[in-house]
Amino acid sequence: MNGVHDMGGMHGMGPVTPEADEPVFHEPWEGRVLALNRATVALGKWNIDASRHSIERIQPGDYLRMSYYEKWLVGLVMRLEESGLVTPAELQSGRPAPRAVKATPPLTAKGVAARTGERGWFERPVNTPPRFTAGQRVRAKKINPTGHTRLPRYARGNIGVVDRIHGAHVFPDSNAHFRGENPQHLYSVRFSARELWGEAAAARDVVYIDLWEDYLERA
Amino acid sequence: MDHDHQEVPSDPALRVMALESLLVEKGLVDPAALDSLIDHYEHKVGPRNGARLVARAWVDPEFKMRLLADAGSAAAEFGYVPHGKEHLVALENTPERHNLVVCTLCSCYPWPVLGLPPVWYKSAPYRSRAVIDPRGVLREFGLEIGEDVEVRVWDSTSEMRYLVLPERPAGSEQMSEDELAALVTRDAMIGTAKVTLAGASR
Repeated sequence: MNGVHDMGGMHGMGPVTPEADEPVFHEPWEGRVLALNRATVALGKWNIDASRHSIERIQPGDYLRMSYYEKWLVGLVMRLEESGLVTPAELQSGRPAPRAVKATPPLTAKGVAARTGERGWFERPVNTPPRFTAGQRVRAKKINPTGHTRLPRYARGNIGVVDRIHGAHVFPDSNAHFRGENPQHLYSVRFSARELWGEAAAARDVVYIDLWEDYLERA
Repeated sequence: MDHDHQEVPSDPALRVMALESLLVEKGLVDPAALDSLIDHYEHKVGPRNGARLVARAWVDPEFKMRLLADAGSAAAEFGYVPHGKEHLVALENTPERHNLVVCTLCSCYPWPVLGLPPVWYKSAPYRSRAVIDPRGVLREFGLEIGEDVEVRVWDSTSEMRYLVLPERPAGSEQMSEDELAALVTRDAMIGTAKVTLAGASR
């Protein structure tokens, strides 16, 4: 979707303002939100791409106003509700619905030790050879999917060169919508800054973007 | 500093508390597991992990080759990747090229080796500008990159994660691996700083 989350190349966002000696969490609730996200993904009702897409669906004004972990909180509530794990009435009252069946947490404190470093593995075996080879010129397709996609707007329609092939990976555009993993070859594509931004860009500079096969065509 | 997290009222804190209590009552999460997760991200992972990889690469050419060939396996040698494999790529800075990592679409960041990202990395200014004006962004970090140097920006659009292998600073030839690791900052491994003998807080 052409959302406000797709920020590459936008103007007007102001300077980057690093904070010296920044803590991991600025408020205890930020840590709780992160932990709730990690603990509930273990329930198996959604995946990383669906998580990203829920945050992308936050209204643009809210998306820009909210802090990072507030977006995580809002996205989590969306997924809990959409997956049916909690009902709107439960969220409203803060109490389980009468006669609601009590579940057993899939992730216990003991299980955390074994699973925290686990980010998942997204490469999958496929039977088809890569359509493109390293060194080949490719064009990022000019497409505007209304659902989740990882093809940034600033790349669309531009020509780059395949730098390397990362193997076949789960395709976010289908996985985010629970339409299957549809694994396909993933390419690191090198674009010159001038191809992306025009002649004012520095002559030597380049941007590497990871792009799935369905995003690319021969150029 | 005008960070948005400082403008957030106590409201999210209350909402999170209510949500956690609901999920616990429904048996969907275990509060002890939440405590354990927070402890992990606050104390067990962080840029010290990445710094150890960088220092080893500086003193051990064979390790450096392994790191550049398959950073996930190299990180696994240090126990940073519990299952032995990780979608991780190391990018070597040289006098001719400077690498900079961003995620324009969200906030993808190499957690196993750098921990959780700082607020600025996840912010709209960095995400919007790193790809269109990398040299301007680097200048705000106090880094002037010469015109003869190629700036390579890596937009983390997939599950591949990127770690910059910074240049070893001149004058560090006699330093031990531990001393070298202490010089390596988080920002140097994102690409918004160089490693200096002074070291920095970031």
